[in-house]
Amino acid sequence: MSDLVKIFVPLESTALSLGADELVLALLEEAAKRGQDVEIIRNGSWGMSWLEPLVEVVAPQGRIAYGNVTVDDVPGLFDAEFLTGGDHDLCQGPTAEISYLKTQDRLTFARCGLIDALSLDDYQANGGFQGLEKALELTSQQIVDQVTDSGLRGRGGAAFPTGIKWNTVLGADAEQKYICCNADEGDSGTFADRILMEGDPYCLIEGMIIAGLGVGATEGFIYLRSEYPLCKEILSEALINARSQGWLGSDIRGSGKAFDIAVRMGAGSYVCGEETAMLDSLEGKRGMVRPKPPLPALEGLFGQPTVVNNVLSLASVPIIMAKGAEFYQDYGDRRSRGTIAFQLAGNIARGGLVEKAFGISLRQLIEDFGGGTMTKTAIKAVQVGGPLGAYLDDLDLAMDYETFAEAGAVLGHGGIVIFDGSVDMAEQAKFAFDFCAVESCGKCTPCRIGSVRGSELMAKIQAGENAQDNLNLVKDLCDVMDAGSLCAMGGMTPIPVLSALKHWPQDFKKEDFKVKS
Amino acid sequence: MLKDRTHLEKAEWDEQEALQVIAQFASLKGGLMEALHGLQHAFGYIPTESYELLADAFNLSRAEVYGVKSFYHDFRSEPAGHHVIQICQAESCQAMGSRRLTSHVQNMLGIKLGETTHDGHFTLEAVYCLGNCAVSPNVTLDGRLHARMSEQAIDNLLKKAAL
Ligand SMILES: Cc1cc2nc3c(=O)[nH]c(=O)nc-3n(C[C@H](O)[C@H](O)[C@H](O)COP(=O)(O)O)c2cc1C
Ligand code: SF4
Repeated sequence: MSDLVKIFVPLESTALSLGADELVLALLEEAAKRGQDVEIIRNGSWGMSWLEPLVEVVAPQGRIAYGNVTVDDVPGLFDAEFLTGGDHDLCQGPTAEISYLKTQDRLTFARCGLIDALSLDDYQANGGFQGLEKALELTSQQIVDQVTDSGLRGRGGAAFPTGIKWNTVLGADAEQKYICCNADEGDSGTFADRILMEGDPYCLIEGMIIAGLGVGATEGFIYLRSEYPLCKEILSEALINARSQGWLGSDIRGSGKAFDIAVRMGAGSYVCGEETAMLDSLEGKRGMVRPKPPLPALEGLFGQPTVVNNVLSLASVPIIMAKGAEFYQDYGDRRSRGTIAFQLAGNIARGGLVEKAFGISLRQLIEDFGGGTMTKTAIKAVQVGGPLGAYLDDLDLAMDYETFAEAGAVLGHGGIVIFDGSVDMAEQAKFAFDFCAVESCGKCTPCRIGSVRGSELMAKIQAGENAQDNLNLVKDLCDVMDAGSLCAMGGMTPIPVLSALKHWPQDFKKEDFKVKS
Repeated sequence: MLKDRTHLEKAEWDEQEALQVIAQFASLKGGLMEALHGLQHAFGYIPTESYELLADAFNLSRAEVYGVKSFYHDFRSEPAGHHVIQICQAESCQAMGSRRLTSHVQNMLGIKLGETTHDGHFTLEAVYCLGNCAVSPNVTLDGRLHARMSEQAIDNLLKKAAL
């Protein structure tokens, strides 16, 4: 028998959706046929989604990547001696040298793709649990201060400073406090939470434990959207492994401190990503948004002080603890510190995840990383920050919270959806209302009814019926929704609508005909 | 093509089974959501007969149970067809032609989003984001995710499923 060769094939949703499991079987069969000894390791994704399934061979010269591998390519790859890094049309060279990856700032996602996601040994061999080990030596206040000093702001959308939120929970006096991880990731164009949970679940677990130590909470929940069944499997197994090694439970690594985590599933509701709706849903109720105050930090889950943080906020904490607040602060600009996971989606040649320090321009992301549109057509519009984010035509914006706020836009969770000239922006504006109508929790009239009326008005405008009058009504309606909604679902639906109208007014001008009333 | 119709008849109500499912979650804090998932897993939908049992287990009224069940898109009131196709309707997939793809499938199956074919073979559903937006458009067939769907690719998938 020949020497054993290690091959990485991701166990990750994108890779699976493009045939990774079938590929593993084909690789094993072909290897057996040729008397080759191979071991297949299931890693997470590096986030180079457009290359999935991305097969990596551990050759003498390092990990060599082959992209978009299909079952049909397998014999040819063996013929080309890919097991020793042989050249082939699909060969991308050494993984670490692929410029899409090499030019990123991989802090939160440092291990994603690199390791077998469920191997605790791999995790620890690559810096895992160093942050927690340091945190175990600190007081709660020191942990919270370090997070505050890092400048980390919530990556779920609202960008609230994480340390300040934690400090409020730390200061609250209660028998029981909770850490709730928001893994509802509902924005179209986003998948970074998923890639992290599938590719480095212990990183999220470590971040949650540190949060627990920081604020004095002993119980954590991960509220996971039901569209992510693979995350559920991977997280559940990771929790069992972490517990068996004493990283979770009543006495974390002999420290006398307790923390444990449970995964709870959502059920297809977008608004349950809003933190208070999420808490109601976790309590087994309808996902209705709660008025604030009281802040969840003081009266959250089951009325107890609760930290609600996005997956990536929590998963950024281990490296902040391990390398220090200053290390993290050094990335980014203005009040946008550290790195953020951008996600290139829609009509894009090289779609995937790009972790970069704040401040890179939208154009660099789309052109240098993304390679322009998939269809090689010109870009017409880019929606940043999910369904409640603005449609932009200016690609020269710097990607940081301040620049976006000044432009009347939001970075949100970092999703970037690219559209070419085939898009009708009036249709997108109508969709924004339709989506709000489908997902509204129903508490406020401007959101619940306004969204339906907005959609009807848009249909009339598209048909050219009293277009100008109806456009004025849409603008009025947007004012009412903006001012009269309890949460950003109703309050920000006007953003995509009005930005589409502002930049592409021609799409809203159909032949006008007056209808007699 | 049609093999049997049993799937359209409601899955046999079995109170014992429902009670067993509910019992697993009754002591969980906020366990009603998990219990609903459990029931849907067991029966393929949430039978109305289960409201009473859920109400008892979680100390709620039947109306409250119904309120929770009906809030969430995932929980069905009726069993679905043999095969469930979901087509993502959100922005990233729109940018890659999901509207056209949806009309294509609707025409092919002769049903609209949210409907089941007369033979009970296919249920077609809208979904808003499957988290696979770098390789849009996306669909799921019986819970399995398929990316970069063309009209031809989805025809092939459906043909395979129909066999
Ligand atoms: C309609 C709506 C949907 C939201 N969806 C999500 C989501 O899917 N994931 C998330 O982390 N935050 C989401 N948020 C933001 C949360 O309300 C909250 O700000 C966040 O979870 C706090 O965590 P962070 O400070 O770490 O970002 C949503 C907000 C609104 C209004
Ligand atoms: S704005 Fe809409 S989603 Fe938000 S609380 Fe009001 S009704 Fe609910």
